[in-house]
Amino acid sequence: MTTTGTPDRMTRLLAVVPYLTARPEGVRLAEAARDFGVSEKQLRSDLELLWMCGLPGHGPGDLIDLSFEGDRVRVTFTAGMVRPLRLTTDEAVALVVALRTLLELPGLAEREAVSRALAKVSAAAGHAGDHVTPVAVSVDAREEALAVVKDGLERKRALHLHYYVPTRDERTERTVDPMRLLLVDGKWYLEAWCRRAEGVRLFRLDRVDDVVVLDEPAAPPPQAHERDVENGVYQPPPDSPAVRLRLSRSARWVADYYPVDEVAPVEDPPGGLAVTVRTTDLAWARQLVASLGGDALVDEPADLAAEVAADARAALRRYGVDVQSASSPAG
Amino acid sequence: MAAKRAERLVNLVIALLSTRQYVTAARIRSTVPGYEADDGSERADEAFKRMFERDKAELREMGVPLETGRTSVFDTEDGYRIARADYELPEIRLTGEEAAAVGLALRLWESAQLAGAAHSALVKLKAAGIDVDSSRAIPLQPRLDAGEPAFEPCYAAARDRRQLEFDYQRPDEDAPTRRHVQPWGVVAWHGRWYLVGLDLDRQAPRQYRLSRVVGTPKVTGRPGAFQPPEDVDLAAVVAGQVGGEEHLVVVHARPGTAIGLRRHATPLGGSEDGEDRLELRTTEPGRLADELAAYGADVVVEAPAAVRDAVITRLTRLAAMGEPA
Repeated sequence: MTTTGTPDRMTRLLAVVPYLTARPEGVRLAEAARDFGVSEKQLRSDLELLWMCGLPGHGPGDLIDLSFEGDRVRVTFTAGMVRPLRLTTDEAVALVVALRTLLELPGLAEREAVSRALAKVSAAAGHAGDHVTPVAVSVDAREEALAVVKDGLERKRALHLHYYVPTRDERTERTVDPMRLLLVDGKWYLEAWCRRAEGVRLFRLDRVDDVVVLDEPAAPPPQAHERDVENGVYQPPPDSPAVRLRLSRSARWVADYYPVDEVAPVEDPPGGLAVTVRTTDLAWARQLVASLGGDALVDEPADLAAEVAADARAALRRYGVDVQSASSPAG
Repeated sequence: MAAKRAERLVNLVIALLSTRQYVTAARIRSTVPGYEADDGSERADEAFKRMFERDKAELREMGVPLETGRTSVFDTEDGYRIARADYELPEIRLTGEEAAAVGLALRLWESAQLAGAAHSALVKLKAAGIDVDSSRAIPLQPRLDAGEPAFEPCYAAARDRRQLEFDYQRPDEDAPTRRHVQPWGVVAWHGRWYLVGLDLDRQAPRQYRLSRVVGTPKVTGRPGAFQPPEDVDLAAVVAGQVGGEEHLVVVHARPGTAIGLRRHATPLGGSEDGEDRLELRTTEPGRLADELAAYGADVVVEAPAAVRDAVITRLTRLAAMGEPA
């Protein structure tokens, strides 16, 4: 948005004197620097600058005056800078929308407190906040799991949970050492050391059931490193097997939802799209193709199409539909 | 230079806050340190004018309510002042718990625009005397607004109420089409970002997935060019397109299978053939049929007939995939 550091620094410069005014007993320099998110050196240079500022006339009694006692700083003359500047529209939006989002994530903060904070902040934001807010957020949240996981992270305790693995349609039971919570593309994940798999795993919270905090401390081993999720949570190794699909027009949305490469338009099916998905988990690919109900044709691997078709024929028999196709079953 | 300019701007704010009278540019030049002195030369006058114009623009951009006007009818030119009541953040007091909620909420942003705004909002709240305790923070990595290049231009256009123009690629269309939109806002719905607004070509509200916007959206026309409908609920607009009537679907599942379905199903007891009867609810029967077809022979639809037929249609097409071409 801005290319120079001036606006950030200006916001801070206009806030420092009010900040000190609100704390008449003085503040430790290190603490003030942390509150403003800058180094002590930077804050010191801000204070030196402010010391040169004051009311028109700029006589000795007109300048902002600060007093240092040991490592504490106090303001003794404000030159009329007693309150911070009002919130801008962007600031009001950032605050109000984030608090509304927290209301939708009740496990993360005490609901009553969020709701009171929202009312107070909206009032203080004044007309900067009373536009139809140009941002809204609606997220999926499983209240129960989120609250328990948060509790485990706060108290640094291990967790016991059941995890649903969709590609194997399996409910698994695990003890994990929680590392952090992630919110990626509207879904919550717990990143944790899984003692069963002996590795770092991401657990999507809407697939977690019956999670409890254990009495034992969380102890992720030294080799447990946080994963970089900058490019999404699903990152197959580059040498993973390629699944090549031809998507019909109505299934082209798949290219939007999953990481695909080598995307190219094709004539068969008409208006179709050829894509390559990389995955180490062929069960996932089989499930994807089956859930597309024939809108994805499989070019590779060779047996994938045959397996999906065999599953479908078995299912059709249960519906009493006789698969009387001319061709013989694959295999 | 940056420090000198910052110092001049702080002095300017202090000077204009301290007066009820409108102060002329000439008076500002002589009383606020840092401006080019008046030596009678045209060059110095020009330098001062340029500097003062830039300073005013910067203060306004930061949200400083700089007023222009004349104190009396005898004044021959406009002056400037800052009304304290418009400048100052109103009184706000938060309990420790409320402040913790604010601190947590502000960490939800990641885009430069909103994360930057969240940071400066926090600075202002702290300057208003609120202590935000960050020691209670839990390890949290949110990405509420990350990874959408179209987010910032769309947000800014909605905020400023400026018309937008962009190319939009629907997955079921061969080429992107140009859209002209009055943007009402951006909304995250189940992890996907949408722009909601009035489509001017279709004269109807529409939603656009930000990831399908091709290139950078362009604003056209003036700020404040339109008024979004009163009390429009952005999330509800998107939800309205997605949601709909709820359908009840009853299926039979082989014991021990379809674990995923059971997590959201109501068990109805056993069926005659020794399977489990499950009741499912959905607003999107088509998507449920996709999911049910993928369970293969483990799950059979009992009712309604429409969903049963939809699953059979899908299975029939899947069965044909195994045939040699």
